[in-house]
Amino acid sequence: MQALGTAVVALIAGTGIAFSLAAASGGQSDDRARIERVTRPTTDFTKPEPFELRPGGAATVFGPFNENAFSEPSANMSFARRADFAVGNGVFRKVWVSAPSSTTSSDGLGPLFNARACQRCHLKDGRGHPPEPGPHDPALTMAFGISVKDGQEERPDPAYGEQVQTFAIQGHRAEAQIGLSYEPKPVTFADGTVVTLQRPRWRLKGLAFGPADGRANISPRIAPQMIGMGLLEAIDEKDILARADPEDRDGDGVTGRAKWVSDPATGRRVPGRFGWKADQPTVAGQAAGAFSKDIGISTPLRPAPYGDCTARQRHCREAPHGGEDGGTIEADRKLFDLVVFYSRNLAVPARRALGDAKVLAGKKLFYEAGCTACHRPKYVTRRLADRPEQSFQLIWPYTDLLLHDMGPDLADGRADGSQDPEAGASAWRTAPLWGIGLTKTVNGHTRFLHDGRAGSILEAVLWHGGEAEAAKQRVLKMTTTERDALVAFLNSL
Amino acid sequence: MKTLAHTLVAFGLTAVLAGGAHAQGMPSAADKRAVLDAYADIAKAGYEDSLATARALKTAVDGLVKRPSEAALKAAREAWLAARARYQQTEAFRFGNKIVDDWEGKVNAWPLDEGLIDYVSRDYAGAQSKNPLYAANVIANPKIVLGAKTIDAGRITKALLADTLHEFGKVEANVATGYHAIEFLLWGQDLNGTGPGAGNRPWTDYSRSRCGSGNCARRGVYLRAATDLLIDDLAWMVGQWGPKGAARAALLKTPDAGLAAILKGLGSLSYGELAGERMKLGLMLHDPEEEHDCFSDNTHNSHYYDVIGIGNVYRGRYMRTGGETVSGPSLGALVAKVDPGLDAEVRARLADTEAAASRLKARAETVERYDQMIGKGNAAGNKAVQDVIDALVRQTRAFEKVVTRLKLQAVAFEGSDSLDNPAAVFK
Repeated sequence: MQALGTAVVALIAGTGIAFSLAAASGGQSDDRARIERVTRPTTDFTKPEPFELRPGGAATVFGPFNENAFSEPSANMSFARRADFAVGNGVFRKVWVSAPSSTTSSDGLGPLFNARACQRCHLKDGRGHPPEPGPHDPALTMAFGISVKDGQEERPDPAYGEQVQTFAIQGHRAEAQIGLSYEPKPVTFADGTVVTLQRPRWRLKGLAFGPADGRANISPRIAPQMIGMGLLEAIDEKDILARADPEDRDGDGVTGRAKWVSDPATGRRVPGRFGWKADQPTVAGQAAGAFSKDIGISTPLRPAPYGDCTARQRHCREAPHGGEDGGTIEADRKLFDLVVFYSRNLAVPARRALGDAKVLAGKKLFYEAGCTACHRPKYVTRRLADRPEQSFQLIWPYTDLLLHDMGPDLADGRADGSQDPEAGASAWRTAPLWGIGLTKTVNGHTRFLHDGRAGSILEAVLWHGGEAEAAKQRVLKMTTTERDALVAFLNSL
Repeated sequence: MKTLAHTLVAFGLTAVLAGGAHAQGMPSAADKRAVLDAYADIAKAGYEDSLATARALKTAVDGLVKRPSEAALKAAREAWLAARARYQQTEAFRFGNKIVDDWEGKVNAWPLDEGLIDYVSRDYAGAQSKNPLYAANVIANPKIVLGAKTIDAGRITKALLADTLHEFGKVEANVATGYHAIEFLLWGQDLNGTGPGAGNRPWTDYSRSRCGSGNCARRGVYLRAATDLLIDDLAWMVGQWGPKGAARAALLKTPDAGLAAILKGLGSLSYGELAGERMKLGLMLHDPEEEHDCFSDNTHNSHYYDVIGIGNVYRGRYMRTGGETVSGPSLGALVAKVDPGLDAEVRARLADTEAAASRLKARAETVERYDQMIGKGNAAGNKAVQDVIDALVRQTRAFEKVVTRLKLQAVAFEGSDSLDNPAAVFK
């Protein structure tokens, strides 16, 4: 492959994520008191807080508030780096083809895959959705993890691997198709209003490689929105750990556990931040996992060219791959870094209507109901010399990036490597709330939670259980006006 | 406030008069407004020419559909190429004018899953796609079943293309309208990889009596509807730049924000869009699928006229289809007033880029097409593309200096005049 020109040189420095995180921690003690002051939760709900308008700090974009609202680069990005972003966008929407192909740098798809391009699930850089009920539609914007619980251990399914792939290249068989039906689950507010939630029932159909292990669980996961990932990555590890309270020492009923994972680039044990169960500590780790399992493309962090094919799927493992120059890497370091840079810099849109009386009332209710115990409003990111867009910004993601027990209704039977599979099954990472009010605009739907079961923001609130049960009970006691205000606040994010 | 504005205008004029041709002060609001007005005039002329050439395309397309022949297909292709040369020069108005940005996807969306529109080669369809519409082939299928939804494509209309099929399911590759959809209908797939040759659709694809590929009547209906839609969209955009047009008004609202929008457009098109996404990526991947006008092998012109459009804006001069020139107070003259050296630098960089783009265009017309140039192992071809990229990069650095010199950094990002100052977070 041709050496890169100046247009992308700036990016090369961006590969040592974990190194730069380690190198740049410390030396911030002078900032500590100031950060403490600006991130303290507000008690004044009569007007917006200073800078609340900009959830992504100086990286916040002010429109367009249309279907491209999630596709803008960090507002504080230099012209020079905008080229990297644009090329990264090209890789993100690149349609991969099967090997061998004349387009040698674009091949290596599969053999098993869920999507041919990143963009195909992250529609408009936004959120995926569950399939429409009715006749089978193989096009999904979600993935299905599969795992076998064996005592304290959780392993990939011996036949199907870590994930079920619903497509395969020519000459190979897709692993299975997905079936979905819903069961109604009515919930009643104190004022008598009934909201009927829909509980999904997922099943695998047409398993092509024999039965899955009898103990296997499938775990449906919607493609999450892409905005603000670089900012979440730039949050100080100490700020995440400071909120962890696994033993509930403060007795508020909310624990919060860090998901300790291995950084795929360095091997260091660090708290996970990305994915519905915080499996991945870095944007690079998340991207490499998605390339491998969703598209079947190998990267420097996941060099196996056959993606998620298991040893039992021999034909699949032996298929031609798209590695170049004798190697097995299909998306090489340059391409991979471009996608990571792009993913890091999809900007968070500015708040809308944040000074409206109704929105402010909703904000107060959000705080009073206890939502901020997990949906932590604000942080100041670390100083990062090589990532100026994310460096030292006051941000408002509304998450603590910790795992919380969300109760049996949301449990999906998969612990994702948690040391305690039982607890792990109902543990979910607090989802960031920034941008959720634009979901309808960007994606044309309002499907929320890990499997898209919630049909509205309010339904998503009502699915909360476990540690969030008390907060939900407070919402159930709200009047219609109060509920509307709460939703208005969430829609302004 | 009005009085104040008048005072500022008067002050600006006095300053210019007092300083004569060598005034080194910052330009007045009136100077800036004059530049913005001239820019809007050039935008209007560019979209008018795009509209006129799209109408000529429609005439040729009608001819092809009514009396298909080799000559009629050739005439339609030539009309498309002429229309494209005009439209590409207007791309300099993107990335800064929101009205243009919101609209652009209707007329110039790319890349596309062409199987949505019409037949494609078996190889293309053979790779199972994640996009269920990748080979929906609207021309062959009056009914398209997608999950629980059935799209009634019995009558191919502008509304079906624009409101139902375009970006269906929010998939950006579902491109049903615009220049590239029409391009595909005139040329067909380019199946030559990085070898020579463009798409080779036979004229009989529009012949009812010799229709080998099937559905020739519906193909004609699609082509005409897509062309009509392009005309509607361009006519709308012409209106946006008229004396009372919304795009002109938005630009002139705040002079500094207007200038910042112009420079953001020039910089973004030069660097991110053209040098980055359209050229660097294809060169990195050596992938002919990353060619912009991939069916017609017209990418060299597409890039060349983008480059010309950037120069038009900076120099405040645009040569219309008939050779007439539209010109007015230019951004360049404004820069020259503040910093003649910087203006000379920008002009030198523009000239370098134009020279590199001309060489690329000449190579495409005499040696090999753009998709061959980006092929792996083609050192000379790769270099022709890389030279344009490098020139665009240097040109953008000069634009950045202009932003700094005109003190536009604070307004380089939209709407910031009324917003909190992020630097004040920790004060």
